[in-house]
Amino acid sequence: MKFEIEYSTIESVAGPLVVVGKVRNAQYNEVVRIRLPGGEMRLGQVLETSDKLAVVQVFGPTDGINVSETSVSFLGETFNIGVSEGMLGRVFNGQGRPRDGSAGVAAEEKRDINGYPINPAAREKPSDFIETGISAIDGLDTLVRGQKLPIFSASGLPHNELSAQITRQANVKNSSEGFAIVFAGIGITYDDASYFINEFKKTGALKRTAAFINLAGDPSIERILTPRLALSTAEYLAYSRGMHVLVILNDMTNYAEALRELSSAREEVPGRRGYPGYMYTDLASIYERAGIIRGKRGSITQLDVVTMPSDDVTHPIPDLTGYITEGQIFLSRDLFNKGIYPPIQPLGSLSRLMANGIGPGKTREDHSGVANQLYSTYAKAQDAKSLSAIVGAEALSESDKRYLRFGDEFESRFIGQGFNQRRSIEETLGVAWDILALLPEDEITRVKKDYIAKYYKGGKKAGIKEGEKEEPDAKAKKGGK
Amino acid sequence: MGIIERISGPLVVANDMLGSRMYDVVKVGKQGLIGEIIQLRGEKAVIQVYEDTTGMSPGEPVASTGVPLSVELGPGILGNIYDGIQRPLEILREKTGAFIGKGVAAEAIDRKRRWKFVVEKGIKNGALVKPGEILGYVQETGQLKHYIMVPAGVEGKISGLKDGTFAADQTIAKVTNGTRVTPLTMIQKRSVRKGSAYKNKFRSDEPLITGQRVIDTFFPVAKGGSAAVPGPFGAGKTIIQQQIAKFSDADIVLYVGCGERGNEMTDVLVEFPELMDPKTKRPLMERTVLIANTSNMPVAAREASIYTGITIAEYFRDMGYNVALMADSTSRWAEAMREISARLEEMPGEEGYPAYLPKRLAEYYERSGKCESLNGKIGSVTIIGAVSPAGGDLSEPVSQGTLRVVKAFWSLDAGLASARHFPSVNWLSSYSLYLDSIRDWYTKEVGDSFISNRASAMTLLQREAELKDIVQLVGADALPDSEKVILEIGRMIREDFLRQNAYDEVDTYTSIKKQGLMIGTILHFKANADEAIKAQIEADKIVKMKVREQIARLKEINEADYEKADRKVREDIDAEFRSLMKEYRASQEIEKA
Repeated sequence: MKFEIEYSTIESVAGPLVVVGKVRNAQYNEVVRIRLPGGEMRLGQVLETSDKLAVVQVFGPTDGINVSETSVSFLGETFNIGVSEGMLGRVFNGQGRPRDGSAGVAAEEKRDINGYPINPAAREKPSDFIETGISAIDGLDTLVRGQKLPIFSASGLPHNELSAQITRQANVKNSSEGFAIVFAGIGITYDDASYFINEFKKTGALKRTAAFINLAGDPSIERILTPRLALSTAEYLAYSRGMHVLVILNDMTNYAEALRELSSAREEVPGRRGYPGYMYTDLASIYERAGIIRGKRGSITQLDVVTMPSDDVTHPIPDLTGYITEGQIFLSRDLFNKGIYPPIQPLGSLSRLMANGIGPGKTREDHSGVANQLYSTYAKAQDAKSLSAIVGAEALSESDKRYLRFGDEFESRFIGQGFNQRRSIEETLGVAWDILALLPEDEITRVKKDYIAKYYKGGKKAGIKEGEKEEPDAKAKKGGK
Repeated sequence: MGIIERISGPLVVANDMLGSRMYDVVKVGKQGLIGEIIQLRGEKAVIQVYEDTTGMSPGEPVASTGVPLSVELGPGILGNIYDGIQRPLEILREKTGAFIGKGVAAEAIDRKRRWKFVVEKGIKNGALVKPGEILGYVQETGQLKHYIMVPAGVEGKISGLKDGTFAADQTIAKVTNGTRVTPLTMIQKRSVRKGSAYKNKFRSDEPLITGQRVIDTFFPVAKGGSAAVPGPFGAGKTIIQQQIAKFSDADIVLYVGCGERGNEMTDVLVEFPELMDPKTKRPLMERTVLIANTSNMPVAAREASIYTGITIAEYFRDMGYNVALMADSTSRWAEAMREISARLEEMPGEEGYPAYLPKRLAEYYERSGKCESLNGKIGSVTIIGAVSPAGGDLSEPVSQGTLRVVKAFWSLDAGLASARHFPSVNWLSSYSLYLDSIRDWYTKEVGDSFISNRASAMTLLQREAELKDIVQLVGADALPDSEKVILEIGRMIREDFLRQNAYDEVDTYTSIKKQGLMIGTILHFKANADEAIKAQIEADKIVKMKVREQIARLKEINEADYEKADRKVREDIDAEFRSLMKEYRASQEIEKA
């Protein structure tokens, strides 16, 4: 234990940073307590330490801090959060204090909010299919347990509705298995925050949810903490309590902006668009906390909302996110404007772990082929569309016209579904085959012949009914990648 | 013994460090975290620390080990997974559990396991030995002889050398030089920052066969060459790297996961032990060494991981093996460099990267090559580096610095990836400069027509792209029949040949023989189609031919049955064209009549 000394040697305050002089031996990343002249306490963290001074980042506003009367004490430990199962059903602020009016939670365990990197050799390969009930996700970009899958959205698009729907529907299937939700609202508006809380209340999910909410008006520097508090709570629930935890981080763009603010206050050399050069590493320290650990029962699955500034996917925030996460669900303004909900654009979306989670025994034998077929035909439909914009629909060839029709049906019937509609994977694949029936059989080149014989509803095979029993193909592709 | 003066993330400044050398490894703080000296200023040393410095404070001690950052090399190294500074992750897991703890030391090479050491024929006690010379070998895996070589800097008369069963760190011989006696074990240490010495370097004349059609047939990399795979996220960089790690005909594969996803390393760890090396029919893991420094592991160790990988690769090259090294991703390495550089407050170059970035990249790729080692064996190191350009824009410094030194470029295309055309290597913008030097190999191993077939296919793809531009403007109907056929052949090459499903049991790997036949069959169709067009047959008829589907399904036919199936398809092509001609002539006669 370190002897606690109060320093009243603040040399400067700038933005969220306080420089404390004449400090001996402050630890790197150590938590500090700042006592304001009026007796108010704030927390901070050591960003840089030397034998003369320490640079402290204050979590919270720096107003009221003055050079002469404010004192700082170094607590000799890193930022911890006391966690327990009692956190489920509760709402906290961005610093982890209750914001629902009730008393604090008695901690069962203390956890470093930065966590520790999972040893790659200790990870378990994620391979359990999560049925979200949303065709565009289950059918084309399957989510598996332990995956981190962001929603790439933009202002005005329904990412809140989509993540609420996933939360509501995905937990039905897993409810018997100790399922929990950890929600981190990072710099979201009061409206959005209450939307989520109400959604959780309505569906009864709230009692299995721990929510950390940093509102848009709260100190932006707190946003550095919020996702980390949420993930430490999730790690406790997953690895100490054996629960399957779905973590929703909404919105990581606000997080990255807070990071930039902090970096510029530190006068660091900026990288792209003013974001710090270490943003990739920093984001990874959050996203990589999803996963499954060998020999432990629980899992952490992340859905991260990233709003792309001016719909630009090459902006550093979505760009770096995409390089770390295991795919992305891409929301499209075009589809949204056409009135399609959820406006998931399959061509920009991807689930890297899909192959692990689908196939016989998990979803269905034809799943992978069907998904590939839908993708490539939809891509052709897009080509046909741009061609028709130039030469006119009349001048299109028969097959291009067919693709156009396919594209429309695919968007309205497969992608489009209700906010309250939950489709099972069989239903999703059923819709897919309904739409594939628009194609002649010989254009379905990505599905194995046996499965075409079994499921294809169009062309010459129109007579075959779905679900007719056939021997499963012995050479059926293995699910794993 | 020095004292910490300042800590800023992975960077530590220590005082009282007089006498320590650049790039020496130091133990930092009470926990003894591993670090490396990267700058000396008077008595002060700037240290990059390979572990998280949280909780460390000024005043704590720093001790220099007096040796540069090195890796341990010896039998037992294959099949391991290490972190960026060669700590075995399985052992760390046993020691600190699922999360990586700090200040944990673990030996890279297992000392408990005993190996049967056999003395090399022709080496006698009393002989003079020189660095690199082979003293003997142990059979490390079913297929691979792990040669024990004299380490660098050791020269003299050998004694005590004999066959026997030894642990890796037991003395197997002594080398006497004057009064200095050096005991030799099966373990040697090599500094990672410097390439190992060799006698000669040669021009590469043999391709690294990967089983990936777009690479082997169109844009091959030579054994001892280097290739870059840049692409935006989701374009399939990692899958290409993993496919090459699985199926390439290298003897040893080094897979460096540098700042990438944890789950990807798990994938490799789960999958490789179950997969067979197509050449030796042994589990893939037996020829593989994994270096995993994932994106959330300490950033300085990420910088080191790339060097750890290449140093192990060179060690096996010196034994005369062909080694393939996958670095996924070199951009993360460059970013680690940038982060350290920024903390050193160096003047930034382009996009904040240090001005020495291009030099480092060039030095690194130059460590590839086909070499005659000091002991006369000829081996090679092939480097395949993934690049993750920000926003997919290749004008950024890492891509540009890489493209200046590598000779094969596989350009991954987001458009192809989103249409699920995998591998999404763009055939128009990719290139390989190795074609000339490996031409003879192809002619000898695959056949006389291979190189010319490749060229024809390439031309057709170019033509197809041009025609597609026109179609975009005027529609396909406006094209003459001869050009409509080119569009169809282009489609066949793209979809039936270039597109390859990594998840399909058969399609995932194609031997170079089968590749040659496949492309030949498509061109055989083309030749027939040209004849038919000359004979006034409409392109629409050709585009609807039934045999097209047989061609499309050729990739699903396994290697053993392939030759027969291919012959049959060519016969069917001939037959269907014949009947097309006949039909046509008959209709002409009717018209005439």
